[in-house]
Parts: sequence; C-alpha cells; structure tokens
Amino acid sequence: MIGRQRSAPGYAAVSRWFAAAALAALFLADLHVTSLNPWADLQRLLAGLIRPDLLSVEGWSVVYTVAFAVLGVTCGAGTGFLLAIPFARFRSIRLLCAGLRAVHELFWALLLMQVFGLSATTGILAIALPYAGICAKVYSEIIEEADLSALRVLPEGTGSVSAFLYACLPEVAGSFRHYTLYRFECAMRSTLVLGFIGLPTMGFYLESAFRQGRYAEAGALLLVFYALIGSRRLWVRVGSVPVLIAASALALPATIGTTNVGASLLRFLTHDVVPAPLRGASLLDPETLPRLWAWFVPILTGQILPGAVQTLVLAQIALVATALGALVLFPLVSRRFSGRFGSPAGRVLLVVLRSTPEYMLAYVLLQMLGPSMLPAILALSIHNAGIIGYLMGRHADALPYRADAPRGLNLYAYETVPRLYGQFLAYLLYRWELILRESAIFGILGVATLGYYVDAAISELRLDVAVVLIAATAAMTVAVDAASRALRTALRINTLPTRLADPVTGPPPAPARA
Amino acid sequence: MIDGVRILVLAALAGVAVAGPATAQGAKPAFVFTGIPDQDESRLVERFGKVAAYLEGKLGVPVTYIPVKNYPAAVTAFTNGQVQLAWFGGFTGVQARKAVPGSQAIAQGAEDAAFKTYLIANAKTGLAKAADFPTDIAGKSFTFGSRASTSGRLMPEYFIRQAFPGKIPEQVFPTVGYSGDHSRTIQLVQSGAFAVGAVDYSVWDLDTKAGKVDPKAVSVIWESPTFPDYQWTVRGDVDAIYGEGFTARLKAALVGITDPAILAPFGRSKFIPVDNAAYAPLIAVGRSTGLLD
Repeated sequence: MIGRQRSAPGYAAVSRWFAAAALAALFLADLHVTSLNPWADLQRLLAGLIRPDLLSVEGWSVVYTVAFAVLGVTCGAGTGFLLAIPFARFRSIRLLCAGLRAVHELFWALLLMQVFGLSATTGILAIALPYAGICAKVYSEIIEEADLSALRVLPEGTGSVSAFLYACLPEVAGSFRHYTLYRFECAMRSTLVLGFIGLPTMGFYLESAFRQGRYAEAGALLLVFYALIGSRRLWVRVGSVPVLIAASALALPATIGTTNVGASLLRFLTHDVVPAPLRGASLLDPETLPRLWAWFVPILTGQILPGAVQTLVLAQIALVATALGALVLFPLVSRRFSGRFGSPAGRVLLVVLRSTPEYMLAYVLLQMLGPSMLPAILALSIHNAGIIGYLMGRHADALPYRADAPRGLNLYAYETVPRLYGQFLAYLLYRWELILRESAIFGILGVATLGYYVDAAISELRLDVAVVLIAATAAMTVAVDAASRALRTALRINTLPTRLADPVTGPPPAPARA
Repeated sequence: MIDGVRILVLAALAGVAVAGPATAQGAKPAFVFTGIPDQDESRLVERFGKVAAYLEGKLGVPVTYIPVKNYPAAVTAFTNGQVQLAWFGGFTGVQARKAVPGSQAIAQGAEDAAFKTYLIANAKTGLAKAADFPTDIAGKSFTFGSRASTSGRLMPEYFIRQAFPGKIPEQVFPTVGYSGDHSRTIQLVQSGAFAVGAVDYSVWDLDTKAGKVDPKAVSVIWESPTFPDYQWTVRGDVDAIYGEGFTARLKAALVGITDPAILAPFGRSKFIPVDNAAYAPLIAVGRSTGLLD
C-alpha cells in the first residue's frame, strides 16, 4: 500500500492540471447554440433510425466501403510490418512513421486527390499511408514486449531473416493478428468518413442524406454500418482474409475518367506544393529568402497560431469531457455494477458509440446545433468516452474483489475507480494524440481549428499553404504524443495496456502493486 | 507464423491490385464532366443526368457525369484531367483556367452575363429591403456559401469590403460562416442559425419555386450590382483526344440546347457563347480580396 501513497499525488496532480487547463480553455471556446430547433432535428434523426428506409441503401457503396478498408489495411499493415523490423534501430524510420500517422486520413485524401482524382487509389492510399505508420509502431512495440528467449538458443550463424521468422514471429503472430483485425474496424470508420469528401463509400450517401434531411435513408445507412462493425468478428477472420482481399480487389470501382497521374504528380510536386515565392526563383538570389519569409510570416501569425490555439482548446476540453464521460459510462458495461442483464445492454450502447465515426457525429451535430465548438466537443467526447468506458468496464470486472467488498456507489468510489485510475489515465493519455488529430480535422466542418485554414487554402487552390498547415498539424500531434509518453513514464503507467486491441484477460497489473 | 508470411504475400498482391485500375486506360475514353455542387444534390443529379444524355446524342461519344462534394473538388478534377468539361461558377472557372493553360470558357447561361447576389435576412432581424447596401447588417451573424463561390463569397465579400472600407468580413460580423452551398445558406438563415446570408439569385428563385422558402421567416434585403458568373469550361486537350473540331461541336451542342426540361433545373433560359475575357472583372475582384494571387 506504500506504493499507492507514493504515486497517488502524481495521479491527482496530473488530473487537476488537465481539468484546470480544460476549464481555462472553456473561457476561450465559443459554445453557443445558434440553431433554433435542434430537438426537432434530433427527433427526425431518431425517427429515421427507428423507421429506416433500407431499400434506399446504395448496395455498391457498402461493397466499396468494405473493399477500401480491406485493401487499405492490407497495404498499410503489410508496409507497417516491413517497417516494424528496423523501427527500433533507426531514428529515421521512427520519424517517417510518426509523420505518416500524424497526418489524418482526410488530409491524406485531400492531397492524394490532387494527383489520383476521385479514385480507388486515393481511397486506399489515404488509409494505407497513416496505417503503415501506426502499424509499424504497434508491431514494433509488440516485438519489444514479447518474450524472445527463443532467439538466444538459436545456433550461431543463423541469418537475421531466419532468426526473425523462426524465433520471433511465432511469439508475436497472435498479437499481430489480433491488432491487424482490430485495425480493420478503424479502417471501416475511416473509409466511411472519406465518402464525406467525395469518394464513393457509404459516407458519400450519408452526407447527401444528412444535408438534405433524408433521415430515413441516413438511418438505414447507419444501421447497415453498425451491423457490419458489430458482426466483424464473424466475417473478418484469418481464414476469410484472403477471400476478402481477392473479392475487394475485384469489386473496386473503375475510375471514372482517367487522370494523368504522371503529369499531375509532377505538377503537384514541382509546382503546387512549392511555396509560391520559390516557384521558378533561384535559391541563390539574395531576394528569395526574404520573400519566402514574407510569405511565411502571415501564414504563421494569421493561420497556424490561431488555428493551433483553437485546436489545443478543443482537444483539451474534449479530453476532459471524455474522461468524465468514461467514468460515468463504464459501470454500464461492468457486470458487477449493471448485473447479468444490464451489462450486455451497456456493451451494445458503448459499441455503438465507439463505432460512430467522430467526424460524422460532428457533421450531424454541427447541422443541428449550429457552428460552434460545442458540437465538436460533444462528438469527440461521445466517441472516445464510448471507447474508454468500454475498456474500463471490462477491466472493472477483471479486478479481484474481496468477498466482503462494498456495493454500488461505495464500491465505485472507494475501490473500483481508485484501483483502475492508473489504467484510466493511461488510456486517456493515449487518446490525447488521437483527439488532437481529430480536433484539427474538424476545422473542415467550420470550427476554427487548423483544418479550417487547410480548407480555406485548398478552396483558394493554395496547396503550398495547405501543406505548411498540415505539416504544422503533424508537428503538433507528434509533440503531444511525446508529452503523453513522458507523462506516462513519469506516472509509471507506461507498461499498462493502452490499445483497444489488447485483450483484457485476468487482473491487470494494478498500479498500486507496480 | 504462416499468418505473418501470408500477410506479406497478400500485401504484395494488393499493391498490384491498387496500381491496376489507376493505370488502366480504355481505347476510347469516355467524355467526363462535373459541376460545382452549388445547391440541392437531387436537382444536380437531375440536371446533369439530362445534360449527359443530351451530349452523348450530339457528340457520339459516351458521356459521364461525376458528382463531387465541394467546389475545390470540381476544380481539382478538372486540373488533374479526370474531367474534360465542367459547369463552373465564375470564380472556380477563373481558378480552373489559371491552373490548366489552354482551357476555355465556351458557354454561359443567358442570365450569367448579368448575374446577381441576394443578401437575405431572417425576419427576426427586422431588416427590410433597400436599394442601397444595408450597412445595418454589421454586428449580425453572417454566412457565405462555399468559400470558392462567386455569388456566395467572392462578390459579397467585395461588396462588404466596399461598404466597410478597411475592414474584412470577420471584422464586420461577430460570426462568419461558410455554409457550403446556396440551398444550405437559405436553410440556415431561414432557421435563424445565421441572421444574414449571401445567396445566388437563381438558386433563391429555384428554391422559392420548389416551396422550400418560407417568406415569413426569410426575405431578400438587397440585390447586388451585376457580374459575370457560371459557365461551361472545357480543357484545351479535348481536340487532341476526341478529334479536330470537338470543342466547336461541344460549344454548338451546349448553345443549341432548347429543351426546357434541361434548362429548367439550371434556372437558365438558354446558353450563349462566351470567352475567357468575359471573366476578367472577376480576376480583378479576386486579386483585390486576396482570394487570387
């Protein structure tokens, strides 16, 4: 118990610090509701979910959503697997992967569209590029965490490829499989969202349905999507993966029209993304650098800084709202709190919350509540509280309780929450980076975060500015990731599970005993 | 372990699959066009579906319409060659022709030579219709249409800057929104989410005819001076792809549309010939508002 007394102030201090920052951020945030009848819209949406028009669902959009996700994850995980092997040894690989995953799928898609147009290539690469970065990192972590004693008993002179294949891979294959199949669920959400900017997935029709208020069609699309996600374990299995990949490749939509990929790529790299003052200018010209600086300063002061502040404000409020939401929601999933019949219902609710893409949720809420930060905060915290609450609930049931443990609120406040608090912080700090990435993207929907300025730059065909802004977003994401890791180390919770895909089996290593 | 190896092999296979459709080229490429999504999507599908069928009959090549979700996506599809023809707004047309040298504006609606922006206001604001620019909109929430819209952004921003010298819209209004399209602007001002908005007059008329506008909740408070707007713009390389004289035949086909069933969903009486020079005033306005380099 001495251990708990030493680490408890750390948890409390960090929690207070985050809560205070969120309170301060609330003063900077624009939270007013401008729409006159949000409840009427919400009622119509719920009516659409209850009476969905299933016949209106465009069947091919469902096929394309699955196909893009399958092929995106296959390419991403395959590349990630190759990158994971040198990941721990080379700083450059780690930087490359950090850069790949710090840029959101939607930003990747907006850039790829310039070259590949509205095509399957754009959709698949927009998933594959960031997923390669994420998978490389996670696979490398799995390899590091694995028990690799088999490597030590290999005969001398064993090649490194053989050593990896025979001594390392068998140890980690299970975790790889588990993580990769889970990644597919994320990819389904990502592909859905790509439809909102024009790719032919379910999001394309969802956007139209929401925009024009056809809620019966929107409800039907959502129910189909939840059914796909909910039944993932039935149809995405190791045995079915080759069939899925082959079928996906066959089912891909033919590109309408042909983009001149070579010419577009050349123009994109040598003209569009080159800062305007450098186009056709000589670097040796003493005038060039001052001109570049004069071009950059207004972007920094007028776009990057205000955008970064708003992004941090939104992410901070959303993070703390997520924390509160998760603390409220997790007993719903736990058998000890909700009972034998309550907890399955709680699970369904939280799986639905976490399956709902934040971007789509923000889009819908922005339409209902008007353009302020409130819908963005709600969307981020509903989705993430669903994720963390679900995992916490399962941890709560895995804790060993004394036979005479208290019940109800006493158990919750004096035993379960204190014992799980380290785990809770680990999850939150892990989601911090993801919440920030998503906060930036919400700018496309009209909240004044960094994405707002990216959207403006793309509308003005200033891709050079857009790329600078996306790079600034990525740098911020990487910085938050580093801060999160440093905090987790300082709090000694860096060995606790943080990934959704980690199976919760048996009692987790409680921080008190660490 | 076999699973790990399998993942590798499949990744390689999938790589081939991805590269396939992007590079595949038919012998006779379909003629593809798009249009900026400036209003309700169902109306866009109706009008462009009819145009595709009409052009296919006149030109003798397969014609396809590809829908896009926002204005810059239409410009992007034009610059990377995915579409050869587009129904652009005045400003997106200027952007597209600047990015694709050799492309030309070939036809505009008869109404587009002298197009107008309407400023509309929610009834609760108490603003009434006036002939002069209503400077009392200052301090109210304001929504544009798409960021790259001519009648919903470029021109109203220009008129606002003229009415409030030295100020940008963000300094005139406490909240500035970009609704995305004109139908949405009308809905937002009608619902009171925004007090005032700038809207394309032809979409206002179409939505009024369709019964989507409640005159008790929203009304026009100002009509702008006129400016050139929408036009059909074609890429310069179509003659090389579809044969000599293709651009001329396309232009003749567009100008020759007399079927009211095609023209009505556009809100146009007919299409007339036009050239790039007609849009020079918009280039000047674009530069003065900083939207164009």
